Amino acid sequence: MARRLTDEIEAVALGPGATEAAPALGGHGARTVHASDDRQFEDHPGAPAAHVVARLLEEHRPNLVLFSTSYASRDVAGRLQALTGSTLMANASAVLGPDHARGEILGGTKIVEVELRGPDPKLVSVRPKAIAAEPSGGTATVAPVRVDLPDELRRLRVVERHQEEAAGPKLEGAKVVIAGGRGLQDPANFAMLDDLARAIGDAAVGASRAAVDAGWVPYSYQIGQTGKTVKPEVYIGVGISGALQHAVGMKQAKRIIAINKDPDAPIFGLADIGVVGDLFEVVPALTEEIRRRKGS
Amino acid sequence: MNVIVLAKYVPNPQGVPELGPDHLLVRSGVEGALDPGDEYGLEAGLRIIEAQGGEVVVVSMGPEEAMAAIQRALAMGAHGGILITDDVLRGADALVTARVLAATIRRRPFDLVIASVESTDGYTGTVPMTVAELLGVPSATFARKLDVAEGLVRIERQTEGGYDVLESPLPALVTVTTAVAEPRYPTLKGIMQAKQKPVERLTASDLGLSRDQLASSQGVVDVHDAPPKDRGEALEAGPEAVARIADLLAEARVI
Repeated sequence: MARRLTDEIEAVALGPGATEAAPALGGHGARTVHASDDRQFEDHPGAPAAHVVARLLEEHRPNLVLFSTSYASRDVAGRLQALTGSTLMANASAVLGPDHARGEILGGTKIVEVELRGPDPKLVSVRPKAIAAEPSGGTATVAPVRVDLPDELRRLRVVERHQEEAAGPKLEGAKVVIAGGRGLQDPANFAMLDDLARAIGDAAVGASRAAVDAGWVPYSYQIGQTGKTVKPEVYIGVGISGALQHAVGMKQAKRIIAINKDPDAPIFGLADIGVVGDLFEVVPALTEEIRRRKGS
Repeated sequence: MNVIVLAKYVPNPQGVPELGPDHLLVRSGVEGALDPGDEYGLEAGLRIIEAQGGEVVVVSMGPEEAMAAIQRALAMGAHGGILITDDVLRGADALVTARVLAATIRRRPFDLVIASVESTDGYTGTVPMTVAELLGVPSATFARKLDVAEGLVRIERQTEGGYDVLESPLPALVTVTTAVAEPRYPTLKGIMQAKQKPVERLTASDLGLSRDQLASSQGVVDVHDAPPKDRGEALEAGPEAVARIADLLAEARVI
């Protein structure tokens, strides 16, 4: 997105693997990558990275800083605006100029163009897949980042890490994505979606933030603003209302099917086929019908 | 323990939001409520206080109507509330909002600030971290579980492939998801008691912030309707609907 505005782009990569990421960043247009592989960025999320970036901004004085919308980026961007005293626009769908960005509000029904005033650098976090990442060729110079931060920025620390692996095809690559929401009523009912996914074949199961927040499925299932963005051939939303949080992660699917008992659910505004009714009746019948058509 | 819970008054999620001629959301005179996401943080705060003693004070910046959000929090069990209302704060951006909240919190000693991960109307999700930076305290974000013991806050944070356990000394700020605790309903007794609880009202000038610090740096210059999507087919549940879905899957060559 930055490349549409200027060719004077520098990137910042902090934490283990940062230096390794430099060639990819260069290949996408960054001239310089300010990198540090220091573990403290991983062990102490938020404050150390924000302070290092603030110092880089002081030294290099850019007009605009772009962030992804990941959890880690939000921690850094949130702290950074306090340090720079410059304005932060979150979840932009397009950056139109160094102080001009576009976003969506009110469930994606309105498009707003926002002027960013006040001191530089303007801070903008960009929605995942708001624009296709295309390589431009090029190589970046790696500029090692000096890290000498006071201990008080490391008060928060990661003490344990746990993996909860999800089985089946990956959400991002699957041709069909079946997403479940609070309408499923019970975590055990995700098994019904797994069954449908198996009948289809190349299908992965995801979830709304509400279902993830309720602890029904791991975060790796989450589709939406704070989760994954998917663009499958077919998306099937089951018991999902389609709040903006979720909609931004799925509305670019080629075909959208929604099953919900509430006829006023916003997801019906996005759907090519909207079925109003009992998902506990529709989903097993659909699984059955697909198996019948496949002759198995 | 002094716990502060940040609360936002949001337009009724069931209602139809409206934009005024100044491109700002019409907030006053519109039916609204305590952001449902904030009830989880409040519940987590109340449980900590019930176990360890102390007070929960709920802090909100918003129009006069935001008192309804504070009353709801008081009815659930918060001990007191602070409402910051001022015309100059209308349309405040995330940084100005964070400055106001931080200046309000700083007026008294605190151990823990709890906020929801993001509001259900704006989804900006950065204000709490900005508040933490302004207060100079650590921020443990996206907590699905929250415990406080011996001067330490310990959270479980959701990650891409699982979860991390994070620890920080107090004072600290924590943002919570809806998995953190199931909010209680206010009891009739709670609603009656809420009316007697102390609520402090502040304006921007009570906070010692300069005009510059209160000036929002974002202005909406244009609003237009998103291109409408062609109306899809609306079907009633039944064999016909199931057949139509299967047809679409076949058309997309995925079955």
